[in-house]
Amino acid sequence: MAFVLPPFFCIIMNTPAATAEHKPILELAGISKSFPGVRALHGVNLSLYPGQVTALIGENGAGKSTLVKILTGIYQPDEGKILLHGQQVSFSSAQDAFHRGITAIHQETVLFDDLTVAENIWLGHAPKKAFGLIDWPAMNAKAREVLGRMHAGHIAPEMPLRGLSIANKHLVAVARAMSIDAQVVVMDEPTAALSSKEINELYELIGLLKSQGKAILFISHKFDEIYKIADRFTVFRDGELVGAGLINATPQNAIVKMMVGRAVDRIFPKRQASKGAAVLQVDDLSHPTEFEGLSFNLHAGEILGFYGLIGAGRTEAMKALFGLTRSSRGTITLDGKLLQMRSAEDAINAGIVYVPEERGNQGIAAGLPIFMNISLPSLSRTSKNGVLQLKEELALARAYTQRLDLRAASLSQDVATLSGGNQQKVVIAKWLAMKPKVIILDEPTKGIDIGSKAAVHEFMAQLVGEGMAVIMVSSEIPEILGMSDRVVVMREGLVTADFENKDLTAETLVRAAAGIAA
Amino acid sequence: MNRILKSREMLLAIAIVVLIGGVATRFPDFASPLSLAQAFNDTSILIILALAQMSVILTRSIDLSTAANLCFTGMAVAMLNAAHPELPVAVIILVALLWGLALGAFNGLLVWKIGIPPIVVTLGTLTIYRGLTFVLSGGAWVNADKMSASFINFQRQSLVGIPVLSWIALLVIALSYIFLRYTKTGRDVYAVGVNPTAAVYTGIDVGRTKFIAFCISGLISGLAGYLWISRYVIASVEVANGYELNVIAACVIGGISIAGGVGSVAGAVMGALFLGLIGLALPVINVSPFWQLAISGAAILLAIVLNARSEKVAGRIILKKAQSA
Repeated sequence: MAFVLPPFFCIIMNTPAATAEHKPILELAGISKSFPGVRALHGVNLSLYPGQVTALIGENGAGKSTLVKILTGIYQPDEGKILLHGQQVSFSSAQDAFHRGITAIHQETVLFDDLTVAENIWLGHAPKKAFGLIDWPAMNAKAREVLGRMHAGHIAPEMPLRGLSIANKHLVAVARAMSIDAQVVVMDEPTAALSSKEINELYELIGLLKSQGKAILFISHKFDEIYKIADRFTVFRDGELVGAGLINATPQNAIVKMMVGRAVDRIFPKRQASKGAAVLQVDDLSHPTEFEGLSFNLHAGEILGFYGLIGAGRTEAMKALFGLTRSSRGTITLDGKLLQMRSAEDAINAGIVYVPEERGNQGIAAGLPIFMNISLPSLSRTSKNGVLQLKEELALARAYTQRLDLRAASLSQDVATLSGGNQQKVVIAKWLAMKPKVIILDEPTKGIDIGSKAAVHEFMAQLVGEGMAVIMVSSEIPEILGMSDRVVVMREGLVTADFENKDLTAETLVRAAAGIAA
Repeated sequence: MNRILKSREMLLAIAIVVLIGGVATRFPDFASPLSLAQAFNDTSILIILALAQMSVILTRSIDLSTAANLCFTGMAVAMLNAAHPELPVAVIILVALLWGLALGAFNGLLVWKIGIPPIVVTLGTLTIYRGLTFVLSGGAWVNADKMSASFINFQRQSLVGIPVLSWIALLVIALSYIFLRYTKTGRDVYAVGVNPTAAVYTGIDVGRTKFIAFCISGLISGLAGYLWISRYVIASVEVANGYELNVIAACVIGGISIAGGVGSVAGAVMGALFLGLIGLALPVINVSPFWQLAISGAAILLAIVLNARSEKVAGRIILKKAQSA
């Protein structure tokens, strides 16, 4: 298949002004979608223009995900029209939308780990030989050509996808879109799991897609990146369209106001850090392949930030602190006692708990009710003579969910029905109920809405106020600077810096993380 | 989740009532208390095996060796009884429990310590246990005339008008309910089934939980071995051949999700009762045995369709992972 240039390629569209009167590739008009008991979208409009990035902004639950599912054919709208190049269409399935040139890249890529890069790109429309057999040499060659166009020649088509980083998997997902000459690319929080270097590479890729006249819908919670790459914005609130326009003409505060319906200052909670005694001492902790020589002290009433690029070994180090992976060398001392940890159970019993990075996969037990998720590690305390007491469990769950301001109709409802922010509160409540000495939060606000984010931050401030020791792994510099008392920076498995958070700048952090001398 | 579960079980209860009522329109005796009690007694072994299997399935595992365990343990206690008729039934039952437990623990250890997928482990041990039955017996049968009267009659004794076999089923139902609802390990079983990764991150030993489930399955399979042999008064290598599929079918009909984490004691019991009642009802209304197989199969498929539909209502959608992250 030749790589066909889109018909509007002749016009280079870099500034929104030049194309404002240009026809959109895709238009949604008056789209409504309801689920039993919930109206997810109510008469929303959205236009995607060639060569432009439109940012879709809204808190969790605003209807962004529903809209993406309608765009990609997973849901059918109850009302409204979809116009593709001015023609009314309906997408009967995800395949239908894909073959009409609408593709989506998700936060956690939806690809096949055990297939090769080329197979992932060409799955469903692979080049064929006689008798309908797959033409492998042609498939690999074409995959290489598409990847080359995207300046992603470092990815070999024959490689199994499993070995690639998330950023490279995104590239493969985009290559899949390019392989059918997709006109519309939906990116659903693509940077959520990327390091800053990888994010820059993604920006370059978006620039390339723009120059080829693709229309891009970009969903993100991060304002800095929205202002960096978007041309237009559309804001949803509670399933309704509340604003749209050109991004350059609109100040950040105005958009935030639209999102939440009120002005919100994104400030971090102030607190008096009264540093107590050293609680956790880590000395020369090492792992055969992931990190080496990790040493630090953690005090009561302190938030210790861990900053670094993805793959710097932070999560792996936290897993070792939580007993999930064995260290090859070094010691962990809690309250003066040397810990010998064989499993997470040992760490929990000692008083170290871990809120993992992947909430859906590692954090919640979807399918169990909220209160059972919370009581799961506390069962030996809530039961009497080995008999579980549901009343006690509910009381425990109620106490901690109230503290965290969890919004749920009932504590007996499946935890999977909650929004991401509320699920995170459930995971945190689960651990607080264990009354830990040290709580490790790995990317605690990744992919959750601003309201929940602020609640989590506020809560962290409360915890250290009560004398708990907190470790926070984060890839968001404002969060690291706003919340930490001290910051440990890791790079390629080694600690490169240990800063007091006083006059610490983003630049210093980035330098330390990237290994650039000051 | 609870509401759907309840409605699913309600559906099954209605199906059972309709089945009994339908047959009773032509043969009123079928619905008499005596006949229903007899039907329960006839289904007792299937019920306890389904409950044992449920613990395993809830942890996202499966025990294909349950019928082979039953056969091997049954042969062992039958030979023990033939060689030492003076041994009291209590000793026979204890041996059956321990023998079955050992076989179940072997499955569990392979799953836990070596990390072999349960379906592969139990496919292997299914063959091993049947093979060992042959080795143990030398291919010979143990007939009724070699079994002691107490060995045969224990389960037929009546206690408050109900046979001991039914009492054993009721006891296993009660213990299963207590285990799954009121013990920490029972809760862990569900947690491991719905999300093994999150279970690890919560400090639950997933392998040990599966091991315990396999031990329970083995223990009850062993008990069922004695009950089966003393009920049909013959022990051979062929006993309960392929019966593991009936057991798994009872679980599936009862709404136990093969994907783990979803299912209830009431569901498993009613699934087994439904399957058992079909087997009892069809000969009564003169349906040929060949039709019985097809109808049982259709019931399984129907149950799966209904379960799949109710899961859809719960909001399982494509890209769930991408959405929930």
